[in-house]
Amino acid sequence: MNVSAIERREHYLNVNYGIRSWLFTTDHKRIAWLYLLSVTVFFFIGGLFATLMRVELMTPQGDLVQAETYNKLFTMHGVTMVFFFLIPSIPAVLGNFLVPMMIGARDLAFPRLNLASWYIFILGGAFTLMAAAAGGVDTGWTFYTPYSSIYSNTHVVLTVVGVFITGFSSILTGLNFIVTIHKMRAPGMTWFRLPLFIWAHYATSIIFILGTPVIAITLVLVGLERIFRLGIFDPSLGGDPVLFQHLFWFYSHPAVYIMILPAMGVVSELIACFSRKRIFGYGVVAFASLAIAVIGFLVWGHHMFVAGQSVHASMIFSLLSFLVAVPSAIKVFNWTATLYKGSISYDAPMLYALGFIGLFTIGGLTGLFLATLGIDVHVHDTYFVVAHFHYIMVGGAVMGYLGGIHFWWPKMTGRIYPEIWARLAALIIFIGFNLTFFPQFVLGYIGMPRRYHVYPPEFQVLNVMSTAGASILAVGYLLPLVYLIWSLRYGAVAGANPWRARGLEWQTASPPPTENFDRTPVVTEGAYAYEKEPEEIYALRKPAHV
Amino acid sequence: MSKVEAFRQHHFEDVEQQHEASWLGMWVFLATEVMFFGGMFACYFVYRHWYLQAFASASNHLNLWLGAINTAVLICSSFTMALAVHSAETNRRKPLITYLLLTTVLGLVFLGIKLFEYYSKFEEHLVPGSSFRFEESLARPAEIFFSFYFAMTGMHAVHMIVGIGLLTALILQARRSRFSAAYHTPVELTGLYWHFVDIVWIFLFPLLYLLGRHV
Amino acid sequence: MNAKPVVSVTIYVLVFFTLLVLTAVTTAIAFVDLGGGINNAAAITIAVCKALLVILYFMHVRYSDKLTWVFAAAGFFWLLILIGGTMDDVLTRPSLSPGTASAPTQANPR
Repeated sequence: MNVSAIERREHYLNVNYGIRSWLFTTDHKRIAWLYLLSVTVFFFIGGLFATLMRVELMTPQGDLVQAETYNKLFTMHGVTMVFFFLIPSIPAVLGNFLVPMMIGARDLAFPRLNLASWYIFILGGAFTLMAAAAGGVDTGWTFYTPYSSIYSNTHVVLTVVGVFITGFSSILTGLNFIVTIHKMRAPGMTWFRLPLFIWAHYATSIIFILGTPVIAITLVLVGLERIFRLGIFDPSLGGDPVLFQHLFWFYSHPAVYIMILPAMGVVSELIACFSRKRIFGYGVVAFASLAIAVIGFLVWGHHMFVAGQSVHASMIFSLLSFLVAVPSAIKVFNWTATLYKGSISYDAPMLYALGFIGLFTIGGLTGLFLATLGIDVHVHDTYFVVAHFHYIMVGGAVMGYLGGIHFWWPKMTGRIYPEIWARLAALIIFIGFNLTFFPQFVLGYIGMPRRYHVYPPEFQVLNVMSTAGASILAVGYLLPLVYLIWSLRYGAVAGANPWRARGLEWQTASPPPTENFDRTPVVTEGAYAYEKEPEEIYALRKPAHV
Repeated sequence: MSKVEAFRQHHFEDVEQQHEASWLGMWVFLATEVMFFGGMFACYFVYRHWYLQAFASASNHLNLWLGAINTAVLICSSFTMALAVHSAETNRRKPLITYLLLTTVLGLVFLGIKLFEYYSKFEEHLVPGSSFRFEESLARPAEIFFSFYFAMTGMHAVHMIVGIGLLTALILQARRSRFSAAYHTPVELTGLYWHFVDIVWIFLFPLLYLLGRHV
Repeated sequence: MNAKPVVSVTIYVLVFFTLLVLTAVTTAIAFVDLGGGINNAAAITIAVCKALLVILYFMHVRYSDKLTWVFAAAGFFWLLILIGGTMDDVLTRPSLSPGTASAPTQANPR
């Protein structure tokens, strides 16, 4: 297929031009791009804060920055990465692009709300960046009271306003996904024929809806306390700082499942495609997504074992935290069983998926260590915790995101990325990641606290290893930025289904027309029917462009 | 049916699907609102458990009768809102406008009474902050009570204001004959929102105003 | 799905008057000392009844499909999780001295 054929055919990217056609679009695919550009910017801003931290941590003394500045760096790194990259990334980019396509719909249920959610995201980001530019916040991304509500002299209000606003972006996205998945599936697309990516995003949307409002009100209360001196978490009035932590973690724990569930959805798609097999135990994996979302709401107290929470509550939260690991582990077992006797290929998306399985397992396992009360007393607030959550969020969620971006890049752009460079980048990322974060498990275990920029000299070797790893990781992240942009102009032109995958999104052209499908598809098969040819499966009244 | 078809957005198969999606969407939004207010209710229950005497004493400083009247006002407004939806469902434009207007007026009455209450609290030095004054042994937890009083009723009032804005928009649209038995989704959805805001107050009233009356 | 059957005005009137009566009842009971637990239980119960009337009739949930019921219930159920988990901690904290509630601080001057 030649280049001129693509340029002549109308699709969602060339149907109209100009900045207004993008800023006022209601096409879910264009909104996905708006988000892609935004979260990429925030990713590199958060990465910049991390770079400064890791450079400081090369030496035991505090020589690059002062303590107060370091406090601001880790706070802004956390706030930016959590709220402006990890939480939106897969749902707002890949979810927005793919949810309607995977279910055979023309758009999400509420396209204008979708655009509004992006503007809200940008507004919240603007407030937060303003706070950073004005001097930043030093409370930690966890905003613990009474430091955040009374004693900190930094721009807390500006930052919590930014995060509060951005929360509504999440809520609207979740609302849109839930209604779309319930009401707009194509004829024949029953619940148990849905791709696991959809199940994952449905479960994620439950968390968006029921969790995000709680952090919203919590941040409002902190803001009110700062501005009007209302005494809600003020100990001198009899207020309870642990109560803040209950409210904060009620959302922020499920938030980590917001970050990982979509990545798991991506991994299911990738494992199936690159093993040429149905996902083993499809129904179990689907229910596991829901189970993670629901049980994930029952475990928040495991962040507060040493905060003053009662032993009784801590024991219950510990037990429930063990329980929530079960559906996650089930998924890992099922992916592995899918690989068994599959016809495996090692394209870049698959490398990310395989990396995810290994690194997520390590991250999840260390989560169980932390859920054990006795161990947590020893490693709470040390680098052990930092390593644990980076294994999940970076080794898991970010790799799932990159795997998904690569997999669906041909669909989104009509271009193939350069495979050699992509595999190289995946490898560099894997090596860099492990070198950065594995030493941190050891550091935490031998006693290095988190959020400190000075440490005893005997910790230096491991810190230097970690910083070296971070520089390799940085190279690994910059590579896709370069070659993906390169591919937009010079990459090979993609057909409708370069991976020979199953899934409705592959039954239409790359890039797709604005309405996604020429005719509404009629579904007669479940997902991942890799034992059949794509052409046999979907009864489109007119064949899609190939 | 072409008048209704004109309201169908392009990405829906039919008006039925669009209506179902809108209805579900509003309920999902209301679930988020339950959790939003719920965070404050959770905090309130905790502090009330610890500081029952101070909370009861502070509650007695609220004007019970204004609170009760306001509860009745909101219940009336829910009634008129339900009748407004009913009017739209039965294709009666004039009653629709009338009931929407009544609901709006009742909402404004509620806010007026609330404003008066806030002003009274200000005069009685019961606004948290440096001017707060209360019986010494209970003062600090009482200040927490009033923090919640203002935060919770304030957030409720913000939602009322938004609701009144929505109602105003509906009245303007109804006057231009936009709604009919076949299409009145915005009226229904605004009704759901308004009833929800009423429900929040149904819980706020006993928790804030009736706490210590028997002590 | 919304109420395809149009709910009759009679039902609305009945619900309306019941709500007013319940408001009067809850206000009156507040002045009678039935023992702390009973007063609280009564107030909450009446509030829940009022809320249910509004939800089932004014908001048409009684006439709606299962999906509406699920989402209507989900928010309240999740709120119970938040309140339940937090109160479990609060209620089982050891008290600082015998005879006092385990409040975080006694009234300290600001």
